[in-house]
Amino acid sequence: MELVLALGIGVLTAAGVWLLLRPRTFQVIIGLSLLGYAINLFIFAMGRLRSGSPPVLRGEGPVDPAAYADPVPQALVLTAIVISFALTALFLVVLLTSRGITGSDHIDGREPGE
Amino acid sequence: MTDWQDHLIVVPVVLPLIAAASMLLLKEQRYGLKAMISLCCLIALVGVAFVLLHEASVGGPAGDDTARIYNLGSWSAPFGITLVADRLSTLMLALTATLAAGGLLFAFARWDRAGPRFHALYLLLIMGVNGAVLTGDLFNLFVFFEVMLAASYGLLLHGSGERRVRAGLGYVAINLTASLFFLIGVSLIYGVTGALNMADIADRIATIPSQDRALFQIGCAILGVAFLVKAAAWPLGFWLPGAYAAASAPVAAVFAILSKVGVYVIIRLSTLLFGAEAGVSTGFGDLWLLSAGVATVVFGAAGMVASRRLEQAAGYAVMVSSGTVLAIAGTASPDALGGALFYMAASTLAAGALFLIAEILARGEDQAVSPEDAVFDDEYDDPFAADDVHEVGRILPASTAFLGGAFILAGLVTVSLPPLAGFAGKLSIFVALLSGDGVLSGASWTLVGVLTLSSFAALIALTRFGVAGFWRREDAAPHKVRSPEFLAIGGLVLCCLWLSIGAAAGLTYGEKTGEWLASPRTYISEVLGAGS
Repeated sequence: MELVLALGIGVLTAAGVWLLLRPRTFQVIIGLSLLGYAINLFIFAMGRLRSGSPPVLRGEGPVDPAAYADPVPQALVLTAIVISFALTALFLVVLLTSRGITGSDHIDGREPGE
Repeated sequence: MTDWQDHLIVVPVVLPLIAAASMLLLKEQRYGLKAMISLCCLIALVGVAFVLLHEASVGGPAGDDTARIYNLGSWSAPFGITLVADRLSTLMLALTATLAAGGLLFAFARWDRAGPRFHALYLLLIMGVNGAVLTGDLFNLFVFFEVMLAASYGLLLHGSGERRVRAGLGYVAINLTASLFFLIGVSLIYGVTGALNMADIADRIATIPSQDRALFQIGCAILGVAFLVKAAAWPLGFWLPGAYAAASAPVAAVFAILSKVGVYVIIRLSTLLFGAEAGVSTGFGDLWLLSAGVATVVFGAAGMVASRRLEQAAGYAVMVSSGTVLAIAGTASPDALGGALFYMAASTLAAGALFLIAEILARGEDQAVSPEDAVFDDEYDDPFAADDVHEVGRILPASTAFLGGAFILAGLVTVSLPPLAGFAGKLSIFVALLSGDGVLSGASWTLVGVLTLSSFAALIALTRFGVAGFWRREDAAPHKVRSPEFLAIGGLVLCCLWLSIGAAAGLTYGEKTGEWLASPRTYISEVLGAGS
């Protein structure tokens, strides 16, 4: 499980960084989204990988914390997802505006060599 | 202390939020009402910030330094989110409120009608900054940072036009990437220490097992990168001059505080986490901060000399001021940090004033400062399009003399020449560095040399802009300064003057802040002890 997750984060990050450095705005936004996914998985992994252990306490009386997953990173991931979703949407608007005003989807607002 | 006073600390966050939210209910055309709400809100914020600043400077009942703690929802630290108002954060609060009030007044003349929802975004930006400097929780800091950044994206595009959209594209991309670094850093720190509360992390730092320490420090370094991007440290700050020069003037003025929020977090975390009690980690990253700061000052000074427009030079001045404070934070000398904080307050206000002056000087010169094709033209009339009927306030006489005087004063603070506040701050930095309490003398000399040379470079650049802007033919049309703009620029310059006159008190406050930051044990025990 660790290997799969690590590979997943690695591949997403690599693809995200590559796209982020590309000259077209659409590539940049996809790159940012992929990086966002990689980092969401990374935050999740920072709460340690466990299968079969719920994050919410059940029952009453004293409980054994070792039987439960850490709920804090999961809450952090939720927040991070919401924020990155909202900001990606906002970036999309800026991107479309730039395309509309400059007539080019290059990040500099003009085609290279122009 | 009475009950309502306990809640004073949460006002800088809640008040702008409520005001901004209520403004969304109003029609876009009701500029006057919206302007009134924002103005009242900012006056209240200035009041609250200065009350908190005063309390922080007076200190606890025994006259000792103390932090005011507010547990949100009465969840005590480290389980809930804590707001902490100590000397450093109240200083930032007061600076933010003052600068924002100046920017808002300036916007009343016409900029607040150059695009939709200016006031709501402006207040949300203030809320984000206030929250970021008050919070004592790392993840909550992320949330407030994002609130601040989201509002700043909107504000940068305010007024529209091709130049702003182009600058906005880069600005949003850079800051989104920096936010990802922020998340990696926070989650690494959480993964190692199991804590998000800053005081709690600082408390656990000495006990981190040695095999995890490298991971923890990597987390802190990655977190630091996010703030260095925001503080525009070299080589992460190339985005700043272009973005700030493209922003409309009141927005650029208030953006001067955004880079200082990055600086603030770095000072806060490096003193709290890597102070004398951090065990092996003591002094982690200091050399990096010092080098990055020096490089930023050099780059910013060179940029000022090279820039051809005043707003661009003001952007580089913001970088110089950030770089100075970062470098001083890297020396880990409490006295020098005190002087640097004072310098930061003065130079930020001066940079704000320079942005505002630059816009008036550039008016009519070219079309760069007026919006061309509005992007969102659904809800408002373009106040620039037809006539001057929409502009608020009278055109004042003797505008060139006023602008010239304001430019000289703001310039003197930026350049740090006597007799104004910038000089007092830098002098106190030099005295602390050269008296040498445990600082490497080589680093101190480099720093003193670089800071002095950067002042000369700024002097050359600003003299050039002064000559170009104010030595005019007699038949040239006078600059048009409207009364809100007069009040805004005059107010910011007066604040600089006030800081200069009260330099003794200001420097004492700065020095005590430096000492308070150098001994984080009180901060930690007050945060962790509150409510338990």
